[in-house]
Amino acid sequence: MDAILQQFFNLEVMEQAFPLILGGLKQTVIICLIVVPLGLAGGLAFALISLSRLRTVRWAAIAAIDFFRSIPPLVLLIFVYAGLPFAGFRLSPLAAVAISFFLNTSSYYGEIYRAGIESVGLGQWDAARSSGLQAYQTLACVVLPQAVRNVLPDLVSNTVEVVKLTSLASVVALPELLYSADMARSVTFNSSPIVLAAVIYLAMLWPLVRLISRLERRIAT
Amino acid sequence: MGAWSRFLDAFFNWRLIERYSPDILKGTVVTIEIAVAVVVTGILFGLALAIVRAFRVLTFNTLIVIFVDMFRALPPLVLILLVYFGLPNIGINLPSFAVLWLVLALVLAAFAEEIFWAGILSIPKGQWEAARSTGLSFLRTLVYIVLPQAIRLTVPPLTNRTIAITKNTALGTVIGVGEILNQATSAQSFSGNATPLMMGAFAYLILFVPVVAFGRFLETRFGWRRV
Repeated sequence: MDAILQQFFNLEVMEQAFPLILGGLKQTVIICLIVVPLGLAGGLAFALISLSRLRTVRWAAIAAIDFFRSIPPLVLLIFVYAGLPFAGFRLSPLAAVAISFFLNTSSYYGEIYRAGIESVGLGQWDAARSSGLQAYQTLACVVLPQAVRNVLPDLVSNTVEVVKLTSLASVVALPELLYSADMARSVTFNSSPIVLAAVIYLAMLWPLVRLISRLERRIAT
Repeated sequence: MGAWSRFLDAFFNWRLIERYSPDILKGTVVTIEIAVAVVVTGILFGLALAIVRAFRVLTFNTLIVIFVDMFRALPPLVLILLVYFGLPNIGINLPSFAVLWLVLALVLAAFAEEIFWAGILSIPKGQWEAARSTGLSFLRTLVYIVLPQAIRLTVPPLTNRTIAITKNTALGTVIGVGEILNQATSAQSFSGNATPLMMGAFAYLILFVPVVAFGRFLETRFGWRRV
């Protein structure tokens, strides 16, 4: 028991590592602020293209979505970071993270938006158009608000996944939360810094996870 | 050498494809083994937890909810590093593939429990009451009446979640599990060429595109939560 406390909940080590981990948290927040809005916007674009009336365009969008949903995000990240330099594109860790996570998350958000838009009845389109709204006005003011409401739990849940995803940036040496914690671990030979990082992730995401459970239950019943 | 042939040489080098195919293949087998182990144990454990939760014993349910929430909120890589570097220091030594399996199975179990539980809750109360009034015990009602209907509803979300977690086998590369990505990156640094990374990405596509397409099919077929 003492060994466990010493190894995982060593307050002294946590205190030492705290400034480093706080710096990591800042990087994690920055990555989230880049990737979540990009993903939400890219996902909407994916979804609208995949609902196109032209069959080839539709299929191309769905193929792209499935492609990026099939590649594990870590593989994509390492490919962008370590593979693209061979083609002459040398990217900073942050740029590599932003690009690969943008592709990954916007394909997931895209699927969610698409399901949402499809869940809005066609009558809504007809009614809005016949009241004189333009197609884009119908989409923006009538269909999307209902679509987003219908898939809100999935949108929140995917956002939680995106925040968790940012921990992969540690693999390309971007000094975010997990990377800083792991640095502290390798210096102190003690796992408490990673426990501290885990506590920070929990503090950020637990409320959202609870929210998802409640949203899902409300819609299920 | 023109730009195009330089590009081909860096990403589609035949000599390297031949040389490293066995390694990538070996990694693919490891990925499949771990994925199958994770899917089977994770889903069964998740189902077991959902069944326990259906008995509504307060202490058990509190523990289950805490477990489920924690494993849904924590990034899997954090858990992997914690288990892999932490446990040896308190005298528990697990090989890296076992760490990967354990963590991913627990993460999948947490998500699966939540999905099964949502399925169980979505079955109308009348089903319970009717079954109980014919003399079936609580457990029999759950197993013969409620679960068969609930599980049908859980198929699409569970499939999608399972696919997402299975792809996390790539995280094993961080702790040195010899799966696809690990083979590909070590071949890449050994050969100084991006071809092995292309091969690794290709292997993942072959494994997962059919699964993702299958998930899409299930989603349209079973229609979960159509409002």
